[in-house]
Amino acid sequence: MLGAVIAIGIGTYLTRLSFIGAFGEREMPAWLERPLRYVAPAVLGAIVLPAVVMPDGVIDFAPASNPRFLAGVIAAAVAIRFRNITVVITVGMAALWILDGLL
Amino acid sequence: MAASAMREGLGDGARAVSPLLLAVVPFGLVLGVTAAATAVGGLLGIATSSIIFAGAAQLVTIQLFDAGTSLFVVILTALVVNVRHLMYSAALAPHFSEFPRRSRWLLPYLLTDQAFAVSMTRYETADDPLYKRWYFAGAGLTLWVSWQIATVAGVVLGAQIPDSLGLSFAIPLVFLALLIPVVQTRPGLLAAVVGGLVAVAAFDAPYGLGLVIGALAGITAGVAAEQAGRR
Repeated sequence: MLGAVIAIGIGTYLTRLSFIGAFGEREMPAWLERPLRYVAPAVLGAIVLPAVVMPDGVIDFAPASNPRFLAGVIAAAVAIRFRNITVVITVGMAALWILDGLL
Repeated sequence: MAASAMREGLGDGARAVSPLLLAVVPFGLVLGVTAAATAVGGLLGIATSSIIFAGAAQLVTIQLFDAGTSLFVVILTALVVNVRHLMYSAALAPHFSEFPRRSRWLLPYLLTDQAFAVSMTRYETADDPLYKRWYFAGAGLTLWVSWQIATVAGVVLGAQIPDSLGLSFAIPLVFLALLIPVVQTRPGLLAAVVGGLVAVAAFDAPYGLGLVIGALAGITAGVAAEQAGRR
């Protein structure tokens, strides 16, 4: 696993260095710039949705067997309203614990 | 004169990122806690903070390691998450071209979402390359030190927290908080929705490639929506 971490570290450094170091001041071509704008939302969506609708590998919206879905919906509502990472973590975890205890 | 530009830059950069630490520190804590609580372990979790130094990619790496994903796919996924740095690098390049060679090679290690955001804002009005160089260093180092401390604190904390608390759920919660600001445009929202749905559909994809497949579909959807909207 450490080897993979080092590989990721080197790859990440190279993306950071890219235009500053090797490519000099060359302008970023439009074909590259446009997709890069959607990396963040696409990646985050691809991480978050499976984690809340299928934490055990099967799609499950029922609060009794998968409290993470309802807890995620509550956390999303809080995230839209407050935009504060600490508040989102606190409310989301509290919702999970309460649902876990209730159901 | 030179020494004061350096000191001012360092101080201003550090001050500019300090409000952002309110978001960075809990993120780092979650990272340490989950690393310690999963098969990854605290030591490797701490190592990711200095070797990778990119929160989202580190969290994804820990999540995938924990799920037993093959190392190649873990590397691929983390690099897809981090490919956005190309964008930051291109935007900073004209400013960094005024810096000495050694800084141009060392400072990119400190390039994060937050350091980029504050530096680009400051560079709109700052001219002195010496000041700009140390401003970036001040912002980057403040974030770096805070990140390392938060990770270690999280690992120490995580070792005392029982598994039954379901702390692995803190990972998607962090990403959820990061997601909201980037879905404010219609193509951005579409990219996130398509990315999520395809990742769910591709959950059983071989080698744990589901996340990468979802991300690529979401990026394609975002670009397509932007082009459709322009016409």
